[in-house]
This record gives sequence, structure tokens and C-alpha cells, in this order.
Amino acid sequence: MLLITCPHCGPRDEVEFHYGGQAHVAYPEDPQALDDAAWAHFLFYRDNPAGAFAERWQHSAGCRKWFDVVRDTVTYEFLTPEGGSR
Amino acid sequence: MTADQTTADQASAPPADLRRSPAAHLTEQMRAGDVDGPRGVRLREIPFAVQLGIRAEPGAPSGRAAAEAWGVGLPAGPRAGETVTGDPEGRHVIWISPDEFLAVEPSGLAGLIDVRGIEGALDGMPGQIVDLSGNRTILELTGPSARSVLEKGCHVDLHPRAFPAGAAASTLLGPVQAIVHRTREDVFRILPRASFADYTVRWLLDGMAEFAGEELIR
Amino acid sequence: MTSRRLGIDRSPGYGVDRDAEHSFTLDGEAHTGLSGDTVASAMVAAGELPCGPSLYLGRARGIMGAGVEEPNALLHVEPRSPGHAAESMLPATTVELVDGLRASWLQGLGRLDETPDGALYDHTRVHTDVLVVGAGPAGIAAASQAAASGARTMLLDEQPAPGGSLLSSRGERIESTDAVAWARRTVDDARTAAEFTYLPRTTAVGSYDANYVVAVENRTDHLPASERPGVSRQRVWHIRAAEVILAAGAHERPLMFADDDRPGIMLAEAVRTYLNRYAALAGEQIVVATTNDSVYSLLEDLAEAGAPPVAVVDSRPEATPRAAAVLEATGVRGIFDAVVTGSDGDGDAGRLTAVTVHRLDRDDVPVGSVETLSADLLAVSGGHSPVVHLHSQRQGGIAWDDVLAAFVPSAPVARQQTVGAMAGTWSLSRALRTGAEAGRRAAEACGFRAEGADSPSDSPQTRDPLADGPRADLDYGPVRALWLIGAPDAQDPAEWSTHFVDMQRDQTVADALRAVGAGMRSVEHVKRYTSISTANDQGRTSAVNTVGLLATVLGAGHPGQVGTTTYRAPYTPVPFAALAGRRRGELFEPARITNIHSWHADHGAVFEDVGQWKRPRYYPRTGEDMETAVLRECAAARGSVGFQDVSTLGKIEIRGTDTGRLLDRIYTGVFSKLRVGRGRYGLMCTPDGMIFDDGVTLRIADDRYLMTTTTGGAATVLDWLEEWHQTEWPELDVAFTSVTEQWSTVAVVGPKSREVISRIAPELDVSNEAFGFMAFRETTLRNGVPARICRVSFSGELAFEVNVANFCGLATWELIAEAGAPFDITPYGTEAMHVLRAEKGLIIVGQDTDGTVTPQDAGMGWAVSTTEDFIGRRSHSRPDTARQDRKHLVGVLPADGRTLLPEGAQLVGAQTPITPEEGPVPMLGHVTSSYRSAALGRPFGLAMVWDGRNRIGEVVRSPVDGRLVDVELTSPVHFDPEGTRRDG
Repeated sequence: MLLITCPHCGPRDEVEFHYGGQAHVAYPEDPQALDDAAWAHFLFYRDNPAGAFAERWQHSAGCRKWFDVVRDTVTYEFLTPEGGSR
Repeated sequence: MTADQTTADQASAPPADLRRSPAAHLTEQMRAGDVDGPRGVRLREIPFAVQLGIRAEPGAPSGRAAAEAWGVGLPAGPRAGETVTGDPEGRHVIWISPDEFLAVEPSGLAGLIDVRGIEGALDGMPGQIVDLSGNRTILELTGPSARSVLEKGCHVDLHPRAFPAGAAASTLLGPVQAIVHRTREDVFRILPRASFADYTVRWLLDGMAEFAGEELIR
Repeated sequence: MTSRRLGIDRSPGYGVDRDAEHSFTLDGEAHTGLSGDTVASAMVAAGELPCGPSLYLGRARGIMGAGVEEPNALLHVEPRSPGHAAESMLPATTVELVDGLRASWLQGLGRLDETPDGALYDHTRVHTDVLVVGAGPAGIAAASQAAASGARTMLLDEQPAPGGSLLSSRGERIESTDAVAWARRTVDDARTAAEFTYLPRTTAVGSYDANYVVAVENRTDHLPASERPGVSRQRVWHIRAAEVILAAGAHERPLMFADDDRPGIMLAEAVRTYLNRYAALAGEQIVVATTNDSVYSLLEDLAEAGAPPVAVVDSRPEATPRAAAVLEATGVRGIFDAVVTGSDGDGDAGRLTAVTVHRLDRDDVPVGSVETLSADLLAVSGGHSPVVHLHSQRQGGIAWDDVLAAFVPSAPVARQQTVGAMAGTWSLSRALRTGAEAGRRAAEACGFRAEGADSPSDSPQTRDPLADGPRADLDYGPVRALWLIGAPDAQDPAEWSTHFVDMQRDQTVADALRAVGAGMRSVEHVKRYTSISTANDQGRTSAVNTVGLLATVLGAGHPGQVGTTTYRAPYTPVPFAALAGRRRGELFEPARITNIHSWHADHGAVFEDVGQWKRPRYYPRTGEDMETAVLRECAAARGSVGFQDVSTLGKIEIRGTDTGRLLDRIYTGVFSKLRVGRGRYGLMCTPDGMIFDDGVTLRIADDRYLMTTTTGGAATVLDWLEEWHQTEWPELDVAFTSVTEQWSTVAVVGPKSREVISRIAPELDVSNEAFGFMAFRETTLRNGVPARICRVSFSGELAFEVNVANFCGLATWELIAEAGAPFDITPYGTEAMHVLRAEKGLIIVGQDTDGTVTPQDAGMGWAVSTTEDFIGRRSHSRPDTARQDRKHLVGVLPADGRTLLPEGAQLVGAQTPITPEEGPVPMLGHVTSSYRSAALGRPFGLAMVWDGRNRIGEVVRSPVDGRLVDVELTSPVHFDPEGTRRDG
């Protein structure tokens, strides 16, 4: 059970959170301007590193806010100081 | 509930005898579950509390307007050590998120509060005030064993050092999302959504049962 | 049978009360033991070491250990109270004796009691500053220091009493008092601190991220059977600790030699535990075999108890100073540079009668002539393995220590410390000192400081609980580890088929060698090839021995180069019933109910689970089955009027000047142009273009909308809105609040619904002209309840939805029932609702769609804007999504007019051969919804079919109950395609 530091509520148990996958994958400004390959890349391709990974969480059972953290996928340690940021 | 009601906003206040609170059908079971003494704990529903959902940032004009309309300032949040403002027996506000709050008046004076008027406080401003009086009910767990009962499923640290009287948190109680509000050392209010009230009461009564007997010696 | 129980003059008997006798039965025979005994110690005291035979080979086995390391002595224990279940595979060394206990030996295999376990199990979740695992000397010293600082401190220990290894000792002294008394007093003193919790009989079974430790407490098994309402038999503790101190001790390893598994061959530490803790002498003619100094305390204790061993067989070339001193003091014969190479036994039980001893050459090969020593007990010590499980579960590093011949923690886990024997610290005084230091450090890390501990914690402390007995500073001594011990006439390990490595799995050195011969090199592979370490003792006595012998066979420099298998939770077996806790029966899963629930139950509703909601499925009248009831309910809704509790639909209030703009992106249709006072149906897609949810959204004011979602999608859709707003479009002026439970909602459906609504809402003009389809009105009902009434329809019929404050739901439902009585208004459930909507070809998201269906696939292109850039739009022009021959939603009619197709039934082309010879059968699609229809007078359904819209009219086949049924593909709209009924 990870201990995840919500930037608003402080450290809480993992069960209170939803995982949101890789962070910083912005919805394209104009999806229609993307060709099929670029759009497919946005839809279906995500990084999967062994090590530091920027990812999103939502404090779903608490304040329901989304935030980003950097977590080591090998040790599961959160590398972002004080948990996440909005 | 008659004389008072004439002063109320009729449009938002249904006749009292037509209302049924989410845990009303478990009133007798709750009474039967009372445990007295040094390991005591009891459970009651506080039905029909006025509750308003507020979406606004405290520092913004809409946050100030909401606070003014309700008459209680919005809490600054856990980081500032302030999760509840106001009087827990009267009008108070529970912090949910940086821009979400639950305004509560538990004393059953629903008819005296101009809910529609307060909802209108944000006219011309962003944000939201929504009547949520039916959305959650309030269950009050009281007694020296109350914390131990909650610890059977509450994910936040309920130790007084971490969660003193006057603190509130949105969290999970067993499998149920709920707001837990500690109004005094031995008094916890649990606010589950209305549909979860039945399960939550059964869950709490189950957790209370052991305290009626002798404490096990370790 | 001779009693081997010793009097107080010969044993301290720390763990037993000689004045409290318990009776129990084992394999049907009556036995007695003392309070504090385990079943195993009672049997040792009775002189009976044999237990059940071995799993596969049926070899005689005996009690080998004294704790959770026990591989042989497994019990089936009968229910302890009426209604409880029997338990199997419990090590007899861990089952505390209570009066009336009934048990039997097992042959390595449990029997599952199929009766439900009526015992109570629960969970608790606590947070602490300092968690100490293990109440041996190091753990007690740590916990005592932490507790004294005021830090919230928890001390867990699997045993009934504090002391750990001290309980197995004698003559140790700490702070000038008896060591066990010190342990008890120190824990008692700590318990006077408000923030200290000591949990005996509690095993930490798993260690997880961020110091989340799960432990199981046995609460009542040691107590006399009694009714204890609400009191759990076992409690699972979920502990979140800022700092963890692991003081879990060490387990002894046996020696591997020919016939090393007879009853009478026992771990030396277990012999000592039985002697000192349980006052039970495990044998009379005792030989001790060792690779290290640890057994010399046993020698002293045996001598003091008047039972000195016959001899010590020590692998090391010569006596260490410690060994020499003890041998001289006790007069016991020491045989050095020597090893036990075999054993003899006697009778059916095969109890040990003699051991054979050889000298070792420099390559650890037994040489020379054999010496046979008569013995009824062989106490073995092949070294000790620190209990690194919890440390290793957290990815804490372990490394081979050649001096100790053991894997010890080498790299720390964040905010954890290891102390005592677990950390390879053998001497008592050092364990106490490092334990106390760890306790102080942990408390300081949490912001607490022990009284009087002003100086930094690494400086010497006067308050150190120093051991002051004569053995306080003893160390482990050099070790000469033995992994592969044959005999002069048996040099090929591949033939050593009675050198048992894993007793519980009956696996031998020969078996391990066979794995190596088959090409296995990794210890993980050998483990799985042989099954070594996979029994419920998880290889506590076999794992490291396997690593050692592999290292030797493979020519690795030392066992560290082979490494260990992965340590996984749980450390000891946990009953599934304990893991389930109170989540059983009515507490298994929350049953969400509406305000109207009691009416449904009182009127005989059969409920269906929809997500967590309990929804009435149908309301059978006397003598009706589901089919009859549903046909009647549907006929009522189409013929007169029906009503349904639809409070479960998700509802979200949205406010802000950008709400319309947001909804245009969220929905595939346009909502910004919706007029105030009107509603519109909308579909939501995920970015990949697939249908995600649907519902009707009302515009309440310019800047205020009320969205409805599917029952199952309520929470997901709110999260969806928040996610897009928070992470992509924070600039939009919108705010969301879930009001699902703020409202109770009743659908009133059918040609007579207008008359019913006019009776309950006298102030409302319900005419079609004044109150058109998809409009809504605010009004006050006849009973004074404020309501919002919408004209929406999920059936094709004239229909209204009445929304009132949640707690007025029941009163409003009853009002509608009364107003509808003249029309025989009929309550209907989800099943009738499904039929009615399917007759109209209306989809249920999640039933007719599955995350691979676009609006176009579902024939709902009409709900898709061609101008707005909604979420998912770009995907609708992806080549695969834009194909014209994707699966389409169609209607299906069984040609015989009688057969009800099962939902999920596959559809096959009419000419497609279906024989084994022809191989795989290409599927055209599958039935997603299927019902009997009162309106159509026949069964019908919906299906997703490849290129379905272009196949309408085609007859295909579906296998039903072993036969093929002809099925006609039709338009999905089976009933009233012109929509003539909507306005009444």
C-alpha cells in the first residue's frame, strides 16, 4: 500500500487514489490537424521506464484533485519532494 | 415544525412528515447497539441536517460571497491545519478540497434556512452553491471506543495528535467513501452518501459489538 | 511412555504453569499438558516425538523444531467452538494448548473443512511512530526506548510472552535480574506509557511500501471456549509506521546426512527451548552435532538439568575457547573435525537409536572408520539463518556473511533498522545495546527524545539495559558449514536419496542434484523443479541449505554467489477468512439503496445488483415467474401506466459561463445551443472514439445544467469532467457537484402517465402543447413536496420523470401509486425497463456496447455533431474506425418466433459449416440483449454484427442448447418505429 502525498490533503493510503498513467501527455491542441499516425501515437503510446517516471494520480476518495508526481517504478519510491504538484 | 416553517422558503422545504432519513429504518438497531461504561460507544443518525455544497476558492470573490451568505468563513485546509470552521453544533463548513466545501447545519432547523437565497449568492460570479441536504446523512459515533470502532476501516490516522477534535477528512471507511468529522475527543461524525447509510450503520454496529463484552487481556 | 517433564529444580520452565494442567486429545488419544504448552511441547514432555509420516514417502518423522520453522509436525485441529471450522496444516509447535483441544497428525496434506467458518475475523488500521517486530532482547530494548520517548510505539511478537530467545535460555541476567523477568517487567513498564501497544501472539506477515506492515493477531484460541459476541478470533492489523525496527531473530538450520529425518533428530535450539521454556527433556541419550559455538549453551543447560549429552560432534578442526571451557566444565566428550554421516532407527515409529560419526578431511569429505554412538536424540545445528523475510520483502539487500555462514541484511530499507540475531548480532549484550540505540534513533527520527537521553544516540548510554550474566558477551564462534556430507562409501551426491533437504516436501539432495542435472542453475529454477521451499513452512529449514549445496555442486565460491529465492508475504500462513475479515455476508460489499427501497422490498421485488445498487428487477405476483411478471409489467407500461424507481441514475450539477462550451466537447452532440427549460440526449466518447456513457442533460439556466449519467457511470463521469477541467481546460468557468443522491427520481411511463402526473402536480399544465417532449418544469406536488418534472422517455411511451428531494422519495412514490391506482399503475423493474428500451432499439452502455463501439457502429450518428470538436471525434476518421463494415447494432428475431436467444450467443452465417473437420467457425457477431416481448408477442433481441446494417433481412444461425436456430437480422427498432407514442 503506497503512501501517496496529496499536495492538498497530505499523505494518504493508496486506496484513496486513482492512477492516471503517464503525466505530461497533453491532449492535442487541434486533434484534427494531426495525421493518423500522430493521433494514434497520442492515443496508444506511453512510456514504461524502469526508474523515474512522471505520472498522474487523482485523490479520488479525498479532494478529487489530480496531481503529478515522479515515482521510481523499480523501488516504488516517490521522488517528488512533498508528493505532487497540481 | 409548523410555526417555524411558515417563515421558511416554502419552495425548498418539504413537509416534515413526508421525509424519511437514510438511516431511519435502523433507529432501533442503533439504540440496541449502545454500549455504556468505560468502553462505551453509541451510534445515532442526525437526520435532515442542512448541507450545501460550495465550489469556490476562499480568496476569490465567490468564496467570500459564499462565506458571507452562510455566515461562516471557509476553512484554509489541511496544510494550514484548518479543516472545519464554525460551530459544529450550528453552522459550520468542512473543507473538501481547495475549491470545494460542505456547509453544514446539523440542528434540524432546515425550515429556517433560506437555502435558495444562499444558492443565489454567487449570481454573476463563478463557482457553485448546491443544496446537498439529501446527498449525505450524518451518523454520530460517540464514546471512549468510538475511535477503535472507526479504526476497523478508516484509512486516515485518527490519533488525536494527527486528527484532533475539530478536524475533518474525506476518506474511506471500510469500502465506503465518507467524510469523517471529529467534533470532540470522543465524538465522530461520519457523513456517508445517503445510499451508503444503511451499509455504514450496519458496518459500525458490527464494529461496536465487541465493546459490550470484557476487554481481552493481552 | 515416560514423562520427560522436569521439576523446577531442573528447568526454569519459563513458558509453562506447572500448576495448571490441560487435557487434550491427539489422534483420539487422551493426553495432558500444562498451561503454556504447545501441542508439540506437551508431546515432547510425554516422551513422544513422532508425528505424522512424510508427505510422499510415508517416512516416519518427528517433531524437529519448536516454532514456525517446524516442517514435520502438522496438525488438523477440530473446531474450537460450535460453528467454527476445523483448521489444517498448523505446526504443532505453534498451537497453544487449551483444555479440550482435539487434534490429529497430518501426513503433510491438509483437509479443508467445507463448512463455513463461523468464527469472527476482523481488521484494524493503525498508525504509529515506531513499530518493533519481535519481542526478543533487541526488540524489547528498542521498544522500551522508543516508548519512553513518548513516541507512539508498537511491539509485535508471535509468542504469548515477551522474551524471544530468552524464553529458551537459562541463567541469563539483564540489569542484575533474571532475563525473562526483565523482559516481562520492561514490557509492563512500557505499557504504562499511554502510547505503547504490545501485541503478543501477533505475527507480522507482510511488509509493504512506505512501512506498511500487515500483522495477524491470534486473540482467543488460547482462551477457554466461550461466547464472546463481536470479539474476533483473529485480527489483521494494518500498520503504517514512520519507523520500523525489525528484530525478528534467526532460525536454526539442520544438517543434511543419510537418514537425517528420523524422529529424535531435532534442531539444537528446539531441544533447548523444550528444556528451558517448557521444562521438557526431548531425549535421554543425547548426541549433539554442530558447525558452530551456539550449541555449547545447550550443553551447559543439559548438564545443569542432569542430562549431559553423550558427545558433541563438531565439524571444526579443534575446540574453540568456548567449546573447550564448556566441555571441561561438563565433562562431555567432544569429537572435533567430525560429522554425523548417518542414523539408525527402531520400530514402526523409526525413532532414532544411533548415529554414525566420521572424521572429515580438509575437503569436507568423511574419511576413516565409522564410530557408532547410541542415541535417542540428536540435536543438530547447521548454523543460523536470520529471519530476513520482512526486510527482503521491501527489497532490502541481503548478503552472505562468511563468518556467520548466513545471509544477513546488508543494505538498509528507508526508515527501517534491523537489530539482534536478525542482523547477525549474536551476543546478548550487543543485541541489547544495538536494540536500545535503534529505538532511540527511531524515536528521534519522529521528533521524540527519550528522557535523560540528551546526548546523541550513538554515544554510550548509562541506561543501556546491559546483560550481566556470564554468557552475555558470547559470540557465535567460527563456523565450518557443511552442505554435502556423504560417507566414505557414498561419495556421489546424486545417489543420496535419504539426505532430506526439505522434510515437508520430501525432497532430498539427490532430487536437488537431479534439477542441476536437468540444467537448472538458478536457485529459483531449482526451487520450482524440485518444489523445495514451497510447502507451508516456506523452506525455513531448507532454503539456505539448498543454496549451500547448490553453491558446492556448482563450484560457486560461497552461497552468496548463488543467492536466495525471493521472500514473499505472508511470512506465515494466514487464513483466507482472516483476510476477508468482516467483508462477508451482508458486509461483503456495500448495498446501496434508494429512499424508496423499503417499498420495493415490502412489495416483493426481486432485486438485481447494478454496480453496488440494489435495484428491483421485477415484482412477481403470487405464482408468477420472472418471465410472466416482466411481460405483465411491460404490458402495463405500454397499455396503461407503469412506474419505476430511477433514483440510481447519476446526476451532476454543472455551473459556469463556459458550461455549454465544455459540454460541446464532452458530448458528441451540441449542448451550448440547448434552450433553458429543455433537455437533450447525449453520448460521450473516450478519445479513441468509443461510446463511454450516455444520458439526458437539462439546461436549468444560462450557466447551469443538470447532467444525468448511467447508474454505473455516475462516479466515472464526474471524475471524467473533473479530469478534463483540471488537467486540460482549467481556463473554463465551470464547476461540478454530484447530486445523484440529492434527488429521488421516479419514472412514470405509459399512455396514462399524463393523467397520473396531472393528479400529483395540480399546478402543472401537462398538455403536450404546454409541456412538450424533452421539456422540464419546476412545481410543487399535491403533497407539498417541491419537484422537478421532466418529459423524457426511455421506452418510446409518453413518460415523465419526477425528481424530489432524496428524503421525500418514498412519500412521492406512494403519492404516485395512489394517483395511479385508478389506472392500475404497475411498478416495474430493471428487466421490464430493458425490454421496453430494447423494443425501441435504445442501447444500454456497457451491455450493448463494450468499449469497442462507436456512435456510428451503434447507429447513433444522429447524436454526433459534424461541427464541434468533441472528445473522440478525431478517432472517428481513423481508418479502422471509419470502415463501413465494422460491427453494427442490429435487431435479431429468432425465426421460429419462440426461442429466446441467450445474451452473448454467437451468430454464424447460414452457409457456414460447423464441423470439427472444417475447423474454426467464423463468427458474425453476438447477441447483446435478448428478451421476450409482450408488445411483439415474441422473443427479440439486439446484436452487434459485422457489417450488420448491410445484412438486414439476412437469416443467420445461432447455436442454442446444442442446436442451431435461424435468426433474422432486422432494424434495431422493433416497436413503433415512427415514434407515434411518445407524445401520448
